[in-house]
Amino acid sequence: MVPLNYYLILSGILFVIGVTGVLVRRNAIIIFMSIELMLNAVNLTFIAFSRYLNSIDGQIFVIMVMAVAAAEVVVGLALIIAVFRIKETVNVDEINILKW
Amino acid sequence: MTYLWLIPVFTLIGVVLNGLLGKKFGDKFVSWVGPGAVGLSFLISCIFLFKLVFDSPTGDSYIQKLFVWIAAGNLVVEAGLILDHLSVVMIMVVTGVGFVIHVYSVGYMHKDPGYARYFTYLNLFIFSMLILVMADSFLLMFVGWEGVGLCSYLLIGFWYEDKKNADAGKKAFIVNRIGDFGFLIGLFFIFIEFASLDFESVFSMASSRQIGDPVIVAITLLLFIGAVGKSAQIPLYVWLPDAMQGPTPVSALIHAATMVTAGVYMIVRCHVLYLLAPLTMSIVAVVGVVTAVYSASIGTVQNDIKRVLAYSTISQIGYMFLAVGVGAFTAGMFHLMTHAFFKGLLFLGAGSVIHSLSGEMDMRFMGGLKKYIPITFWTFLIAVLAITGIPGFSGFFSKDEILWNAFDKGNPILWVIGVFTAGLTAFYMFRLFYLTFLGESRFQSEKELHIHESPKIMTIPLIILGFFSLFGGYIGVSHSLGGENHFKKFMEPVFRNSEIIANSTSNAENSLGLEYLLMIISIIIVLIVLIIVHQIYLKRPDIASTLAKRFSLAYRVLLNKYYIDEIYHTFIVNPFIKISDIFWKIFDVKIVDGAVNGTANVIQSAGDKLRKVQTGYVQEYALSLILGAVIIIGYFIFR
Amino acid sequence: MDYSIPTINLSVIGPEIIILLTAVSVLIIGLFPNYRRWSISIVFIGIIFAFYDIYYLWNLNQVGFDGMVLADNFALLFDIIFLIGTLLTLLLSGNFINQYIRGTGEYLSLILFATLGMMLMASTNDLIVIFLGLETLSISLYILAAFRRSREDSLEAGLKYFLLGAFTTGFLLYGIALIYGSTGTTNIYSILNFLKDGSVEIGILFYIGMILIIVGFGFKAAFVPFHMWVPDVYEGSATPVTAFMSAGVKAASFAVFLRLFITGFSPIISQITGILAVLAILTMTVGNVIAIVQTNIKRMLAYSSIAHAGYILVALTALSRNIESEFSAASIMYYILVYTFMNIGAFGVVIYMEKSEEEVLKISDYAGLGFKKPFAAICMTLFMFSLAGIPPTAGFMGKLYIFSSAVESELYGLAVIGVLNAVIAVYYYLRVVIFMYMKEAVLDFSYLSARPVMALSLSISVGGIIYLGIFPQSLINLLTNIL
Repeated sequence: MVPLNYYLILSGILFVIGVTGVLVRRNAIIIFMSIELMLNAVNLTFIAFSRYLNSIDGQIFVIMVMAVAAAEVVVGLALIIAVFRIKETVNVDEINILKW
Repeated sequence: MTYLWLIPVFTLIGVVLNGLLGKKFGDKFVSWVGPGAVGLSFLISCIFLFKLVFDSPTGDSYIQKLFVWIAAGNLVVEAGLILDHLSVVMIMVVTGVGFVIHVYSVGYMHKDPGYARYFTYLNLFIFSMLILVMADSFLLMFVGWEGVGLCSYLLIGFWYEDKKNADAGKKAFIVNRIGDFGFLIGLFFIFIEFASLDFESVFSMASSRQIGDPVIVAITLLLFIGAVGKSAQIPLYVWLPDAMQGPTPVSALIHAATMVTAGVYMIVRCHVLYLLAPLTMSIVAVVGVVTAVYSASIGTVQNDIKRVLAYSTISQIGYMFLAVGVGAFTAGMFHLMTHAFFKGLLFLGAGSVIHSLSGEMDMRFMGGLKKYIPITFWTFLIAVLAITGIPGFSGFFSKDEILWNAFDKGNPILWVIGVFTAGLTAFYMFRLFYLTFLGESRFQSEKELHIHESPKIMTIPLIILGFFSLFGGYIGVSHSLGGENHFKKFMEPVFRNSEIIANSTSNAENSLGLEYLLMIISIIIVLIVLIIVHQIYLKRPDIASTLAKRFSLAYRVLLNKYYIDEIYHTFIVNPFIKISDIFWKIFDVKIVDGAVNGTANVIQSAGDKLRKVQTGYVQEYALSLILGAVIIIGYFIFR
Repeated sequence: MDYSIPTINLSVIGPEIIILLTAVSVLIIGLFPNYRRWSISIVFIGIIFAFYDIYYLWNLNQVGFDGMVLADNFALLFDIIFLIGTLLTLLLSGNFINQYIRGTGEYLSLILFATLGMMLMASTNDLIVIFLGLETLSISLYILAAFRRSREDSLEAGLKYFLLGAFTTGFLLYGIALIYGSTGTTNIYSILNFLKDGSVEIGILFYIGMILIIVGFGFKAAFVPFHMWVPDVYEGSATPVTAFMSAGVKAASFAVFLRLFITGFSPIISQITGILAVLAILTMTVGNVIAIVQTNIKRMLAYSSIAHAGYILVALTALSRNIESEFSAASIMYYILVYTFMNIGAFGVVIYMEKSEEEVLKISDYAGLGFKKPFAAICMTLFMFSLAGIPPTAGFMGKLYIFSSAVESELYGLAVIGVLNAVIAVYYYLRVVIFMYMKEAVLDFSYLSARPVMALSLSISVGGIIYLGIFPQSLINLLTNIL
């Protein structure tokens, strides 16, 4: 059986990859995908804990997170499309008229 | 008595309605709301007066605690209202005379562009004044005290487009600040000494102190400084003559009938403290009588009708201070009340005169107005007879009471000065009356066409006040004149606890013959003055100018008000400006300004730099977020 | 594992259900153009019913859903604050709704969904529900921020808010996961019992989880350095939305903070006093210093709202140091209520001043307003006074309570820095007043017409800050007894 720590380290690495993606990629859609990666890293943590603690709460939480993430996808993609319609770009560096 | 708040609340509603909606709904709305609010307050006050007279034979006072206002540490201040035989007199005067003057204002301020603003301020004034007189603690009283000061400032400078008016308002405000400063320090002393600002507890704690306790003397003196500022006594009286720049009904209400007498009320309210400080009492009496004679003498030569009345007001308040200074609190309050009637009437009458002459205020261009404005004439006559102390009119009873008390409880010298002042009063009042209403008309001819009696809305208030000036004195006819002196009896409960001290200061035994003698002397003096004035200003108008030439020095000194404004300017304001100038150039500009501007600049440039951090790039925002989180976690792990 | 069906007590979430049903019905009604004009009335009726239900539930301390949801007075008080904020915002939204008439249903229902999210956050005992409430709130706000979808700035605000919000959600979730892993539960009371028990050592993972949760909600409440989204989103969103966000989101986050600190984390919370103090100082100072140099009034108010989060954080710090202090908690709740009134009020005047096409948002545009539109100017003056903390407004009493709670917890330095910050703040608030009363008008304000509904909202706000400023004691007494 794979020990708990392995899962935690894996999910930690996934989380950091997600964070790095958010910080370095310029395409809004890819940034968004990186955020999804972060959420799924968290889901993995929940599942691992749930199994380790022998408690069902974590799994329920994961279902909730997935539902919320789905809703976020809907809103997020809609926003990105709306931005693309007006500015014809999804490069976040070009989206900065609001500053200072 | 859980409905005491009803008395002031209507005026506050009036403020809100006039202030917010007055402009939108027009003058008619304002004309109903403004006086209506005060009228309702007056009616409710009447109910409370009856309740107090009939339901409370023992003369208890009613206190209603409204809410805990401030509770921080050991300072707990409850806002509460008090209704007793003292405050009810003030409430009746404020709402009653206030209502009449509100009605008068409807006519006087007709078509003024700031009509709604005017009534907003006026209602706010009544509200603040009611808070002042109904407060059950020093702090709430101070709130009202500041409130009336603010309203006075706003109303003096009501026509602020003219710089002179705005300056007069500023002067009043600044001079009053000096007095308020003393008052405030007095409050601190009280709080330090008694750990409370509540009247009831302060007075009950104070009454166990010894007579002449230095702390009490200091407190009373500081409070008296406040009273001097608010009630325009020497040396802080200079603002009141300038305050006449405001609309005339304002002068009548604020600068004659109510606000300026707040100092007298305050001393009477704190009589427990004052009776413990004989030193302060004698200072009050001396300041009062000196102010009385001093400003009466200035009044004799002024030519502006409102200025004469202003100096007269200062002088009459001096009488009131004389009364309270010798311990005759009832007499002081009695004169306060009658004075509110006849001085309010004098101002309103003067307003009517000015109104009929389209704004002329110089008496040298008046005269012979009797036939043009009869109602104003007759009511004005009543007021003049009242203020000069002709027997049978209200002023006679109250002034006589003060003079007798000054002789009896105080000092014969006080009486002599008082009677001399009465002579001066008679002189300037009759002079004003003759110059305005009798003799030849001296106004510029084009003005003659417009002369007209004021509308009913202005003359009816005159008649009402005339009635009270005539008969208002009969509630306080002294025993020596065969009266009952209901007023004194009514006020007795207020002084119940301090009776013993009050009586001990009386030194002469009540000899009826002496009292009559003194009374007759003052009447004779007044009558002699009347004859002199009649001779000078009606029969031989040239005498006045001859006299002025003959005693040109005295005349000029008086005309220029003893050069007090100039003296203040040379010896106080100018050196102050010079010193401040030096301070300003060295200290302020170099050090303080440098520091302040430096700090401001540092903050400003820091802001300019910091805002650049906000680059608008969403990923940098995310980075800052992560860095924040990582630093906190790192700190937590490695601490 | 033995599972029984938990007792479900629907009346506990009565106010939430009412708001939900209202939101769904206006969303449907919005589809029918003929009936669209009824929707705003339906919303008001719904809110009134919700208020009534809160009144009914008051003092009953009901618990439902197996202890997951509770309707104690704390939750109900925050429900009231949220509903007041919603009500004031909706009264100010008339113009905005008319401009986007086709989106009436969406706008109203999104505002209500966001309110629902806030209410859930305040009235729960479980991290799962807090998370769900937060997401309900956030997703609605992402859409609302980008509501004017033909405008570049609005879309940018929405996108930035969305990306950063979702990003922070990741942190928050990770924090919850770590806490779940260390304690085996997501229930706040069980976390408290776990911490009190002491038989198991509290691992570093728990602390990291706690900090990540603080980061997550600190983002929503705009603590520096998690505040960067605030100015951009506030500036880019439609002003009614900004008004709603500025008050509601902050209030909801602080409700969660209070709940977590006072129950869940209370045994160990004093360990993070230092961190909170540093955050408080940063938040106040950065907010105020940058606000000084702003020329756009919405952006100025955005930075000012950051600074106000800092003031509230001062009281939160004081609370973390002295968790028994009911006064600190009361001062937080008092300030949040006052802040709701004064900030929505200030934004209300901004909304009133806006022109539909070309916006009037520079502070210098307010020059001479005092003479042309005295009512709006006097309201704005009072809001500025209150935000600056000048008596007799409630803002003064709020600051007084907050700083005295810091003194009570012996955080003297923090109190002094707070007061200094309040002094800096006076400068930029009074600048607006100076412009209104002491400068000549540059704009001709003839495009401004009387708006009775808006005036009603402003009057309620003014009444609130004056009343709470003069009679604070009864509310403070209520709040100290609420916990």
